[in-house]
Amino acid sequence: MAGTSPAVSDEIGAAADYIMTVISNESAITPELIAQHGLKPDEYERLVKLIGREPSFTELGIFSAMWNEHCSYKSSKIHLRGLPTKAPWVIQGPGENAGVIDIGDGLAVVFKMESHNHPSYIEPYQGAATGVGGILRDVFTMGARPIACLNALSFGDPSHPKTRHLVAGVVAGIGGYGNSFGVPTVGGEVRFHRRYDGNCLVNAMAVGIAETDKIFYSAASGVGMPIVYLGSKTGRDGIHGATMASAEFAADAEEKRPTVQVGDPFSEKLLLEACLEIMDKGCVIAIQDMGAAGLTCSAVEMGAKGDLGVALELDSVPCRETGMSAYEMMLSESQERMLMVLKPEKEKEAEAIFRKWGLDFAVVGKTTPTKRFVVSHGGTVMADLPIKELGDEAPLYERAFGAGAKLPAIDARAVKPPMGIAAALETLLGSPDLCSRRWVWEQYDHVILGNTVQRPGGDAAVVRIKEGPKALALTADVSPRYCEADPFEGGKQAVAEAWRNLTAVGARPLALTDNLNFGNPERPEIMGQFVGCVRGIAEACRALDFPVVSGNVSLYNETNGRAILPTPTIGGVGLLGDFTKSMTLAFKAEGEAILLIGETRGWLGQSLYLREICGREEGAPPPVDLAAERRHGDFVRGLVADGLVTAVHDVSDGGVLVAIAEMAMASRIGAVLEAPHEVLAETTAHGFWFGEDQARYVATVKDAGAVVQRARSAGVPVRQIGTTGGRVLALPEERPLRVVDLVHRHETWLPNYMAASPA
Amino acid sequence: MKFAVLVFPGINRERDMARALRLVSGREPAMIWHAETALPVGTDLVVIPGGFSYGDYLRCGAIAARAPIMDAVRAFAAKGGLVLAICNGFQIACEAGLLPGVLMRNAQLRFICRDVYLRVERSDTPFTRGYNAGQVIRVPVAHGEGNYIADGATIARLEGEGRVVFRYASPDGIVDPNWNHNGAMNAIAGIINARGNVLGMMPHPENHVEAAMGCTDGRGLFAGLVDHFKLAA
Repeated sequence: MAGTSPAVSDEIGAAADYIMTVISNESAITPELIAQHGLKPDEYERLVKLIGREPSFTELGIFSAMWNEHCSYKSSKIHLRGLPTKAPWVIQGPGENAGVIDIGDGLAVVFKMESHNHPSYIEPYQGAATGVGGILRDVFTMGARPIACLNALSFGDPSHPKTRHLVAGVVAGIGGYGNSFGVPTVGGEVRFHRRYDGNCLVNAMAVGIAETDKIFYSAASGVGMPIVYLGSKTGRDGIHGATMASAEFAADAEEKRPTVQVGDPFSEKLLLEACLEIMDKGCVIAIQDMGAAGLTCSAVEMGAKGDLGVALELDSVPCRETGMSAYEMMLSESQERMLMVLKPEKEKEAEAIFRKWGLDFAVVGKTTPTKRFVVSHGGTVMADLPIKELGDEAPLYERAFGAGAKLPAIDARAVKPPMGIAAALETLLGSPDLCSRRWVWEQYDHVILGNTVQRPGGDAAVVRIKEGPKALALTADVSPRYCEADPFEGGKQAVAEAWRNLTAVGARPLALTDNLNFGNPERPEIMGQFVGCVRGIAEACRALDFPVVSGNVSLYNETNGRAILPTPTIGGVGLLGDFTKSMTLAFKAEGEAILLIGETRGWLGQSLYLREICGREEGAPPPVDLAAERRHGDFVRGLVADGLVTAVHDVSDGGVLVAIAEMAMASRIGAVLEAPHEVLAETTAHGFWFGEDQARYVATVKDAGAVVQRARSAGVPVRQIGTTGGRVLALPEERPLRVVDLVHRHETWLPNYMAASPA
Repeated sequence: MKFAVLVFPGINRERDMARALRLVSGREPAMIWHAETALPVGTDLVVIPGGFSYGDYLRCGAIAARAPIMDAVRAFAAKGGLVLAICNGFQIACEAGLLPGVLMRNAQLRFICRDVYLRVERSDTPFTRGYNAGQVIRVPVAHGEGNYIADGATIARLEGEGRVVFRYASPDGIVDPNWNHNGAMNAIAGIINARGNVLGMMPHPENHVEAAMGCTDGRGLFAGLVDHFKLAA
């Protein structure tokens, strides 16, 4: 067959019994080459057994792309099966480009979160930018128009020499891509901890809206259908990106820069408009974006999911440069590209639309009945592999895992406060993890599209859907220090907090996407963190009716053997029936009662108070009582719906006093506060004000009596702990804190830090 | 009242603009692709909306300024037709020679998205008749290159002829470097051409037209235009 016309993919496809010996090989397969491809010796043996011969160089590259951790989930898959993924409103759970949920009126929300950690550490601007680009593509590939982005960022200690550079580059990259593409970036989180010194985390989430009857999937159907390449040209960028992202860093991380792709948001915007247009015209049978492992992964997935073979003819692939080899084309991670199976009769119409948008359009292959993945280039077959096995027969590991020792609970009465309550609050509000993130989100266009009802800075962003009245509440959250101390409770807490954030703005939480960032799974203690967190997430999802519909796993986040804090970021989506009724956290008026909803025991273990004020990262994290979480949240949502509250804020990092200070700062209205005597009998003042007990909210009300009565009958603990008014926060036996001074402290740390020259 | 909103590849606030025009005037604007060579017959207002035309990979607005439709826009403006150019549109209008000056990178070298306060310097233009002179309005900005710069003679002329229409200011209307987020000369946020029929401005009044979205201070610009066309009709 070698030497036949390159255009004759018919024959290639029909050759189910294709003779292997003619497959071209450009390079001898040595143990070193195998290792460079990230394949372990036993994995290589498995490969040889599967195809019955030694692979060609191109085939080795293809296997490396399909079998790396990033694409195959080989260490995580067994455990991910334990996550609840179904609910009556779930249209599509994990396994497609993104998850899909039904929100009524014939509309669906399409969303997913994905990491771009390794590339962002190596080249922060492009790494973060292409992370945003990739997740946007995942969403519009399914036929949805993106309406919002969020992100969750973890950086090393502020004093680490690389931190400032990474923050500046990552934030600029996220903004540079999203702003140009034209989607508002409405929320997220930023944290600093020395455990991210060698591995920053960049988790990007995109949310889109589609019509429920116009959702597009990746499974090809029909034999002999044209496979079309769309978007930007293929270059030599990002080759082996997914393999790089599946390994630890050593001191040579910088040398991996050529594996990072370069983003082009302008092309992506054109690709979005062109894709939505051809979808609208009914041209598309199946579609898959070219993300990690590029052409290889997208083509294999489309064929394998459709029980079909795929024959690719690489001479037709639009290339940025001449002389690219089959190997390079198959492994390039050039951005802003799509692969589609089109209806043959609509091919011309689709092509005209793509030409109008100035994008490349090329038929690069067709579906075949053979279930083989055949790649030819220059008249030579470069790869001929069983398509199902490429994905399905990837190694699957049941890796050993160990449970860490349970840490003791810390009694607040045994924690000697090094300073008073007022001074501690000032310190916390100006600390890296609690200060204002305005410097970050002002670099993101958060108002474009004209639907941002609640901008960054609240518990959850609220984005109107089309002309309303429905709206989505969106959040991204996790508390890695809890996950480190107790993976199971930490996993539960991440879900509970996302659920609580959505509830606090009055939304009904519907589903989540998870982005599971961990270290090297080959180490039992890391695998133990992973397994514990996933079990915790699963338990909380079940208890809160909050299924997982999409997600991403990022392992090997470690440098020189030191892993990140376990960071399973949860991206939550909730629905508001009427966006004009969404609740905000700012105090609204003077003289209103401040209520604390939920039980306070003064839990200081793993609290920010203990870390920032006492210099101790110790103890068990707060336990999460999921039944209480649900009861209290449902109660709060009811108060919002019935108009009985004027402001709501969930209580999380820093405890109840930080929550109240945030409500005051957002409004410039002060408060007179007092801890309930019966609680102080059980704990201390610093335990009460700064403890991080879960399932709690602060709310302001005009009529405390009615709410307290209602809480009593719902079995929800509620106490009045103060009254709004004045321009200061007044605590018994503490100096009054002027709200404007708190604002100043809160707002200055990050801009000052970023403006300072590197140490 | 016929509105035409130009669409260049990479423009991304055309839908926001179309919605604002629709909400205030009740009329649906025509969306005009950059490759067109003529505006719809009877066009009253051309809007060059915000975004990143051609990715802003060259000088912002430089490529769009040379698109086929821009000849028609220049001819339209030369005959006195109203042109509203916002954000990337302002940059395009400057590059197209419809307005003087240039928009450079923000003084802090970062993209900034926030609500800013504008002092309306004149209310006797078709674009600002919905406001009072001296009125302060709150509208969002979202740009990395909004720092207005021109040579001394041009600035003197703009100021002398009263062609600075919007200026960045404090909520009390005081011009102050602390309230000039991008470092623009003379805190210039928006200018008109000598004839008074082309307005360029960096902020986005189209994002502040609905009470439900938190602020309606941008509505006056569109309402003023609607009044202008009603009077003219």
